[in-house]
Amino acid sequence: MSDTTVDTDKRTWLIASGCAGAVGGAAVAVPFISAFSPSERAKAAGAAVEVDISAIKPGEKLTVEWRGKPVWIIRRTPEQLEALKKVESQLADPESKRNPAELTPEYARNQARSIKPEFFVGVGICSHLGCSPSDKFQMGPQASLPDDWQGGFLCPCHGSTFDMAGRVFKNKPAPDNLEVPPHMYISDTRLLIGEDTKA
Amino acid sequence: MAEFKDISPNAPAADKALNWIDNRFPLSKMFKEHMSEYYAPKNFNFLYFFGALSLLVLVIQILTGIFLVMHYKPDASQAFASVEYIMRDVPWGWLIRYMHSTGASAFFVVVYMHMFRGLIYGSYRKPRELVWLFGCAIFLALMGEAFMGYLLPWGQMSYWGAQVIVNLFSAIPFIGPDLALLIRGDYVVGDATLNRFFSFHVIAVPLVLLGLVVAHIIALHEVGSNNPDGVEIKANKDASGKPLDGIPFHPYYSVHDLMGVIGFLLVFCAIIFFAPEFGGYFLEYNNFIPADPLKTPLHIAPVWYFTPYYSMLRAITSEMMYALIVCVLAAAYLGATRAKISSFFKAVVVGGAVLLVVVMLAIDAKFWGVVVMGGAVVILFFLPWLDNCAVKSIRYRPDWHVYLYAIFVINFFVLGYLGIQPPSSIGERVSQLGTLFYFGFFLLMPWWSRMGDTKPVPDRVNFTAH
Repeated sequence: MSDTTVDTDKRTWLIASGCAGAVGGAAVAVPFISAFSPSERAKAAGAAVEVDISAIKPGEKLTVEWRGKPVWIIRRTPEQLEALKKVESQLADPESKRNPAELTPEYARNQARSIKPEFFVGVGICSHLGCSPSDKFQMGPQASLPDDWQGGFLCPCHGSTFDMAGRVFKNKPAPDNLEVPPHMYISDTRLLIGEDTKA
Repeated sequence: MAEFKDISPNAPAADKALNWIDNRFPLSKMFKEHMSEYYAPKNFNFLYFFGALSLLVLVIQILTGIFLVMHYKPDASQAFASVEYIMRDVPWGWLIRYMHSTGASAFFVVVYMHMFRGLIYGSYRKPRELVWLFGCAIFLALMGEAFMGYLLPWGQMSYWGAQVIVNLFSAIPFIGPDLALLIRGDYVVGDATLNRFFSFHVIAVPLVLLGLVVAHIIALHEVGSNNPDGVEIKANKDASGKPLDGIPFHPYYSVHDLMGVIGFLLVFCAIIFFAPEFGGYFLEYNNFIPADPLKTPLHIAPVWYFTPYYSMLRAITSEMMYALIVCVLAAAYLGATRAKISSFFKAVVVGGAVLLVVVMLAIDAKFWGVVVMGGAVVILFFLPWLDNCAVKSIRYRPDWHVYLYAIFVINFFVLGYLGIQPPSSIGERVSQLGTLFYFGFFLLMPWWSRMGDTKPVPDRVNFTAH
């Protein structure tokens, strides 16, 4: 072998065809990796959900499923709305300024984080690691909560607390407020979750 | 290429058959190489059972897994019911399922013991670095295998455990949310996730595992086994070239390991028959409730074998980040003042540390929790290059090394215990200290392993015939 000369022309073609083959091989990865992403059916399941909210009484919560996640619709009492002001100083992000594009649509960037102050619409998934917080609407001292508790939610996984507008309290594992999904009122009693007028 | 060997026509039929095969496939040659002429040190103690036992558990898991797949349905609406169907209606299905679920925990018990053995006797040191690296890769694959398998029963713990762990990936800056979406295949953990985890659990990861196990054993048989004295037996050979302190693996250790197998199976069967849930540690009680995407169980904890790492994840709070920043700065200061490197590298060290601190402040503690949890496993890969002790085995290291290793093991148990418990403020502090110790043990090893007076290492292994 060592005494034969290298056919540089042939070598160039070997390298070129090797590279072309490698590019083709790498391109095959595209369909396989794409197959990991949500299917058309999963995307379609993300379609908007229409909810009748006329039956919710003040202080009650209705949970509906949208994109497989729990979406809460809460009709807040005047006291609960009043409490939103009181807790403001204890919140991490009272004005919903963190990641507004993903978490809070423009029409919900207010104290009540809602279109109509009475109705709060939020995704019931903790911004820490995705557990679903439990209702702690009762005001006053109780287990795992501060004594001046004004009503809200407690995440059972790592103890994050949220107020009645899904705003996270300071010094908790959860960094962000609960997500407000895109939503709009079709009529006074019918709510569409997953779509708003922008879309 | 071997010469074609003829055998006498009068030879027994078995010899003729073997000769026929040996002329076409290296059967006898491989048997000699890996069994009857593979010389292992004669001073193995009981800790050396765990390598063979992990192979046994792998076989148990594959065998029981094959049978479970025959009855299981990887479909979000049917998965939970199909597991209950296996438990109640499939003949002996309960036994096969309990063997598989207990086998998962048994796998981690024997692998942790096997790794502990390697750690204290310096089995990862030159020339066995690749044996150790393949082993660490096996451990990593095993963690993935166990995590994905745990989703399949589709109970509350399956569901919410997967939800929490997949969400960890979304903490990675920039690519995180898309990566989590790619892992789940849906916007939440759902049918798509269950199906792909099933695929990974039954085919992709086991194939990788088997390949790594073969590589682990080939690498081991190339360099030969270490032993409790950390003495190279190849250094002392007899006239025929056999190590003086070595004995053929077969029949000596093949029979010896059978005793370990019997002991293991006694315990294994006792658990399967009398305590298959093992008080909620092997099968968590919340997992007997079907997955409900709208309701999180009150307390979420991973299965016991992940809890030390889970503790470290939970230990990284925004307060802990300040402690870590202090550690980074202290390391940079020592590097800049003490290290014997050129001033250019010192500048690189300081610059890198400052950059790291900036990034540490800029990104949420949640992400660093993920980094710490992953780092706790990845750091094991570097062990061969962290240990600078003059001797391999714990037997000839300074006495205080023994205490340090003991604290390391106790710390690992404490972290494991805290990972099972609901979060508490004391637990958080203890797990933060534990996390610092865990990383300190490895990251400072290049320095502490050199300190102290080692004891003289004998030329030959310690062994009394019995």
